[in-house]
Amino acid sequence: MTSMTSAPENPLPLGRPQYRRTPSRRIIGWLRTNLFASIPSSIMSLLLIAVLGKALISLVQWGFVNAIWILSGDQTGPCRALRGIGACWAVIPEKYRFILFGTYPFSEQWRPALATLTFIALFYLTTRRSFWGRKLVATWIGALVLIGVLMWGGIFDLTYVSQDRWGGLPVTLILATFGLAFGFPLGILVALGRRSKLPAIRSLCVLYVELIRGVPLISLLFMASVMFPLFMPDGVNIDKLLRAQIAFVLYAGAYLAEVIRGGLQAVPRGQYDAADALGLSYWKKNGLIILPQAIRHVIPPLVNTFIAFFKDTSLVLIIGIFDLLTTAKTSIIDPAWQSFSVEVYIFVSLIYFAFCFAMSRYSRQLEAQARSS
Amino acid sequence: MTVSTPETPRPARWRASWSRQRLSGLFWQILVVGIAVAVVGWLWSNALHNLSVRRISTGFAFLGREAGMPIADSWIAYSPKDPYARAFLVGIINTLRVAVIGIVLATVLGTLIGIARLSSNWLLSRLSAVYVEILRDVPLLLQLLFWYVLMQGLPAARSAWKPIDGVYLSNRGLILPSIPIEDTNLWVLGAAALGLIALYFIRRRLVALQMADGRMRHAWPYALGLVVGLPALLSWAIGASWSITLPELRGFNFVGGLTLAPEYFALLIALVTYTSAFIAEIVRSGIQAVHTGQWDAAKALGLRRSFMLRHIVLPQALRVIIPPMTSQYLNLTKNSSLAVAVGYQDIVSIANTTLNQTGQAIEAIALIMLVFLTISLGISLFMNWYNSRIALVER
Repeated sequence: MTSMTSAPENPLPLGRPQYRRTPSRRIIGWLRTNLFASIPSSIMSLLLIAVLGKALISLVQWGFVNAIWILSGDQTGPCRALRGIGACWAVIPEKYRFILFGTYPFSEQWRPALATLTFIALFYLTTRRSFWGRKLVATWIGALVLIGVLMWGGIFDLTYVSQDRWGGLPVTLILATFGLAFGFPLGILVALGRRSKLPAIRSLCVLYVELIRGVPLISLLFMASVMFPLFMPDGVNIDKLLRAQIAFVLYAGAYLAEVIRGGLQAVPRGQYDAADALGLSYWKKNGLIILPQAIRHVIPPLVNTFIAFFKDTSLVLIIGIFDLLTTAKTSIIDPAWQSFSVEVYIFVSLIYFAFCFAMSRYSRQLEAQARSS
Repeated sequence: MTVSTPETPRPARWRASWSRQRLSGLFWQILVVGIAVAVVGWLWSNALHNLSVRRISTGFAFLGREAGMPIADSWIAYSPKDPYARAFLVGIINTLRVAVIGIVLATVLGTLIGIARLSSNWLLSRLSAVYVEILRDVPLLLQLLFWYVLMQGLPAARSAWKPIDGVYLSNRGLILPSIPIEDTNLWVLGAAALGLIALYFIRRRLVALQMADGRMRHAWPYALGLVVGLPALLSWAIGASWSITLPELRGFNFVGGLTLAPEYFALLIALVTYTSAFIAEIVRSGIQAVHTGQWDAAKALGLRRSFMLRHIVLPQALRVIIPPMTSQYLNLTKNSSLAVAVGYQDIVSIANTTLNQTGQAIEAIALIMLVFLTISLGISLFMNWYNSRIALVER
C-alpha cells in the first residue's frame, strides 16, 4: 500500500469525501462505530454509561468533594463524622513518614529516601538496552553497596542503624531486588542443571524446583521464620529479615529457573552443535552461546515473573517483617486513626501499582519490539 | 541434527576423551550430591539436637492428642475437644472449599472479561482493560485486606443491607436462603447426576452420527428429559421437599439460611477478582491466537457470531488457553493460604496454630506441603487429561 500513498498527486481522496471530515462529524462517526454500532452494542453502551456515571459520581463525591485533606494534630472528630460520606486523606500527611520508612530514626530518614531513589535509578538503567552487558553488572554491584552503606551506616559519619529498625518501602525494594539479584544466577544454574545429561544433578534440580513451586510462599516464609532457627547450630542466630531474604532467594530461584528453562528449550539444536564443533567447554558454550539467546527469548515472561515477585514480597506481613504493607497496616493501629484504613490502603496500592505498572508497560514494549524485529 | 554415524571402529583418542568426559560427569555428580547430602545431614543433626534440648517430641503422635483449638467456620462437626487430626481435616476442607468455588467463579468471570476486552464496543473493552490492569498490579494480600476492611465496615446485622428478599449483607457476612438437604433430596440430586453422565454419552453418540451422515442432531430434548424431567418425576414420586428456608434476624444474629462468614467471603472475592484478571488475559490472547482466516472462513459460511465463537474459535483457542490456565488454578489454590491474614482457618492457618501450640514445626510444615502437593498434583493430572482430550487431532 505504500506505493499508493506516496503517489505524487492524489486529487480524489479514497474512502469518504473530504467535506464530511469536520470535527463534529468525526466525533459522531467515532461514536457510531465504537459505541453504537448495533442495537445490542448501543444498549450495552447506555447501560455502562449509566452504571459508570453513577459509580464515578459517588467516587468523586467520596474522594474529592466531601473529603478532608488536612487536620491539625490527632483531632480526627470531623473525619469520623464524615465516615462513609467523605474520605479522610488527612491520614496520609499524618502517617506517610511511618508508612514509607517505618521505625527508621526520624532525623535520618533522608537515608532510606535516598536508597529508594537509588533503587529507582538502578531499575531505570536496567531497562536501557544500551546498558546491557558488563557495565550493568558493575552498576548493580555498585548500587547495592551504596544502598547497604546508606541503610546500615556506621561509616562516613553515618550513625549505625540495625536492620530491625528498617521498614517501609526500602524493605520491600530490598527484599525484591536482592531476591532477584541472587535468585537469577541460582535460577540459571538450576535451569542448566535440569537440562543436564547427568541424572543425579538433574533429579536434584527437579526436586528443588517442584518442591518450592508445589507449596505456597507462606509456608516457605513460616519455614524461614520458625524452622530455620531449629536447623542452625547453637549460638548461631540469623536476623529475621535475612532469613526471609533467603526464603525469597530460594523461591525466586525456582520460578526463574522454569522461565529460563523455557528459553533454553527455544534455542535451536544447531547452536549447541556449532558450539561443540568449536570445541568450547560446557561453561563457555552455555555462557557465550546458549544463555544469551535463551534469555533474550524469555524477557517478557521474565518481567512478568519480576512483577509477581515484587507483589509477593508483601507476604512478609504474615511473619511480621516491616515492609510497606506491614507499616501501612501498623500505622492505623493508632486509635485516633483506626477507622481510616481504606484511605491508607489506597495510598499504598498506588505505590505498588506505580512500580508494577511501569514494569508491565516495559514488558509490553519489549514484546512489541520483539514482534517488529 | 545428529547424523547417524556409520559403525566404524572408533579411534583410540576419541575413546579416551569420551571416557574422560564420563569421568568428569561422574565426578561432578558425586561432588554435587555429596554437598547436598552433607548440608541436609548437617541441618538434620542440628535439628535433632535442638529439638532434644527444647524437649520437643518428634513424629506424628501429636495428631491423636486433643487440639483445644476453636474453629469458627467448619462444614463438618468439630469441637475443640477433637484431636489435631480432625482439626487438620477441617482445614483441608476449608482450603478445598475456597479453592474449588474460587476456581469455578474465577474461570467464569475471567472468560467473560477476556471476551469483553475483545468487544467492538469501545467502552466495554476499555473498562475490561482497566479492570485487568488495576487488579493485576496490586498485591493480592493488599486486596484481601482491603476487601476485609470493607466487609467489617458493613452495617451491623440489625440494619443489614438487603438487596433482595432473603439475602442479607452485613458485618456478619453474606447470608443466603438455603434448602435443607435430606435423604430424599440427595436421591433426586443423584438421579440428576446420573442423567448428566448419560447425557454425556448420548451427546458423544449424536456427534458420531453427525460425523457419519452430516445431519445435525439436537441434544437438548435428551437433556430436558434426563437431567430435568426424570429427577422431577422421582422427586414427586418419593415426595422430596424443596422448601426454601429464609434467614431471619433474631436478636443480634441470623437464624437459618446459609452463612458465608466475612473472612470466607472476603477471601473468595479477593481470590476470584485477582485470578479473573489473569484468566481474562489468557482467554484474550488465546482468542487472538486463532488465525483471522478461521473467522473469515466461518463468516463466509454464513455462521452466526455466537455459533462461530462456540464451534470454530473457542475450540481452537482452548488449546492455547488450557496450559497457562492450569498454572492459574494452581496459583489460586496456593494463594488461598493467604487466609491466615484475615483469620479464615484454612490448612495453613490451622497448621500454624498447631505449630505454635506443640512446637512441632517440621511435622506441621510437612503436612502443609503434603496437602498442597497432593492438590497441585490432582489439578495438574485433571488438566493434563483435559488438555490431551482437546489437543489437535490430525485427521
